Amino acid sequence: MVPTAYYIILSAALFTIGVLGVLIRRNAIVVFMSVELMLNAANLALVAFARERLNVDGQVLVFFVITVAAAEVAVGLALLVAIFRTKNTADVDEVSTLKG
Amino acid sequence: MEPLQIPPVNLILLAPLLTVVGWASALLLVDVFLIPEGKKKLTGYLAIAGLLVAGLVGLPLWNVSGSTFSGMLVLDRYSLSLTWIFVIVGALSIAMALDYLPRHGIEQGEFYPLIMFAVAGMILLAQGTDLIVLFLGIEALSITLYILTGFAYPRLTSEEAAMKYLVLGAFAAGFFVYGIALVYGATGTTSLAGIAEFLGRQTLVAEDQTLLLAGAGMVLIAFSFKTALVPFHMWTPDVYEGSPTPVAAFMSVGTKGAALAALLRVLAFAFEGVQAYWLPVLAALAAITMVVGNLGALGQTNVKRMLAYSSIGHAGYILLGIMVASERGAEAFLFYLLAYALTNLGAFGVVIALEQQGESVWSIEDFAGLYQRRPMLAVAMALFMFSLAGVPPTAGFMAKFFIFTAAYEGGLGWLALVGVITSAIAAYFYLRVVVKMFMQEPAREVQPELNRGLNADIIIAGVATLLIGLVPTPFIFLAQQSLVALGG
Amino acid sequence: MDVLLFFVTAAVALVGAIAMLVSRNAVHSALFLLLNFGAMAVLYLLLQSPFLFTIQLTVYAGAIMVLFLFVVMLLGAEQVEDTPDRIAWQRPLGILLGVGLLGVAAAASLRGAAGQPAPGGEAAASFGNPAELGALLFTRYLLPFEITGVILLVAVVGVVVLNQRGRQQAPAKPPAGD
Repeated sequence: MVPTAYYIILSAALFTIGVLGVLIRRNAIVVFMSVELMLNAANLALVAFARERLNVDGQVLVFFVITVAAAEVAVGLALLVAIFRTKNTADVDEVSTLKG
Repeated sequence: MEPLQIPPVNLILLAPLLTVVGWASALLLVDVFLIPEGKKKLTGYLAIAGLLVAGLVGLPLWNVSGSTFSGMLVLDRYSLSLTWIFVIVGALSIAMALDYLPRHGIEQGEFYPLIMFAVAGMILLAQGTDLIVLFLGIEALSITLYILTGFAYPRLTSEEAAMKYLVLGAFAAGFFVYGIALVYGATGTTSLAGIAEFLGRQTLVAEDQTLLLAGAGMVLIAFSFKTALVPFHMWTPDVYEGSPTPVAAFMSVGTKGAALAALLRVLAFAFEGVQAYWLPVLAALAAITMVVGNLGALGQTNVKRMLAYSSIGHAGYILLGIMVASERGAEAFLFYLLAYALTNLGAFGVVIALEQQGESVWSIEDFAGLYQRRPMLAVAMALFMFSLAGVPPTAGFMAKFFIFTAAYEGGLGWLALVGVITSAIAAYFYLRVVVKMFMQEPAREVQPELNRGLNADIIIAGVATLLIGLVPTPFIFLAQQSLVALGG
Repeated sequence: MDVLLFFVTAAVALVGAIAMLVSRNAVHSALFLLLNFGAMAVLYLLLQSPFLFTIQLTVYAGAIMVLFLFVVMLLGAEQVEDTPDRIAWQRPLGILLGVGLLGVAAAASLRGAAGQPAPGGEAAASFGNPAELGALLFTRYLLPFEITGVILLVAVVGVVVLNQRGRQQAPAKPPAGD
């Protein structure tokens, strides 16, 4: 069997990459993806600990995290689309003012 | 396969919570199908009614306590008092929004049920006794607030503020989940009682303790983001400035209060055994939060940003009450929360009255000469500013007095001293507003717009600010009574 | 066998994550993240969580990533990299913080004997059975389960609210404040 510690180190590495992504990248969508990576890393740790303890609770927690992540992504992407549309409208307005 | 044995559930214990969630869900439908466009104010009144009903439902539960849902949720006087504070905060925020939304052309009926859902998340934070419930409570609250922050269509700053808030909120959620994972790895449980029991054991493996502390640290980072403690506060001024003003008011007291209330339960109850580790960290956080929050407010000419920084500073003061993990500390915490919530909601109410349609300036100059045009409004604002600054005989003074005394008695004398000094600095920018209102000529013509909702908000907040300051005894008594069987 | 599989999958997951981080094109980032999520799913299988394996593939790799790709394509945001670096100290600080985090986590995970997975046996063989998970969901975790329902409701309402307005009512004034 693979020792739990290996999984935890992997999850720590992935979490760190996610944190770096949020801090370094400026593209909102990529920042979002980095957050998803962080949540996934945490999930991996939960599942690994659950296996170590033979305790299913850890897996149930992952279920909740995934649900919340999905909700958050939905709202976030909706916001991105809304921002995009507002910006577009604004641009169109500018153009029409110039013409007028 | 044997049938599921669903554990006994005592729904009485979550009567206020169920009322808020049920009412909000029903209101969503009522709003869509029964309330015509242009009459959405009715939805707002119904939402206020729902929140008040939830508060009333809580009244007979004062002598009830217990936990249900496999020990994930608890009802005690502490959570009940917080529930009442949150219900008042929600109702006053809606009252402010009633005319704000149509005036700015962003009226949509969903606004009001969403505020109710946010209040439900806050109540969950007050009642939750399991890390996963606290996580879900924070998320329910935050996701609602992301939406409300981005409500001010078509102001791009609002949507961008929402985006910024969401990214940082999700970032914090990542830390929260990783913290839960580490705590779970160390203890095998996420329940606060389970963690406390684990720490109480004599035979604690050193490695497990390291893991637990790392987890606790991550959870603390997540809470620091949510409550905007320095150095996790960068988002606050931008988000407050960008969001619709009633939402900023709601956030400044609601989110902070709920997250800090949960933090108090987590630290004082679950992690009591490792107090030696978190106390210095929290003390440092509180100190820099008080300093940076108040210094940051000094240079602001935008009232909304000033209030944002002021709310950061106040989170630092509230933190003092949490750190003194004693009854005195928790009492002071509750009292401070109530006083600060009412004062701040009043101050935001005045800001809304002065806010003109389609503008995003919120300049402090707009307050110049307000006394000549609207004496009562100016007096009310002066009262709120005095209270925020901590000048007697207002609620803010009593609150600061109690929290500093509690800190001093709890052996945190130096922090109390930092608090007093920063309060003195803070007096400058609060009183500057007062000076402008009473002693200067108006820089430009700003016609304050008052209406029923705003009047109610300002009058209630003003009376309460004075009342709590002049006759604090009953409120202190309530706070003391609230702490019977904390964490039970 | 297990160990070999672990190392291969872990390598794939790490490569996916790093490639996501450094890709300049958002579509590439999304695809690399997809690779990472797939590898994660395999790790879940190794850890005896068949249910989470399915969820990971359908919800994460399936629904969420498709949503991401859809939005990237819709907005044409592949190359968007607005303001190069608003805060100059953010990058070094981020890297410093990252290294520190990794160190802490590695230290925390070196738990010696406690880090060994539980021995096999009857309990281990039946561990992670989806039925067991489902039962927990509706007994001990009933409350969190209900709360997720509320969260999803709020998210649905929010998405509608954020994108429906402005269609029925034109803004009273041209957009201000930007």
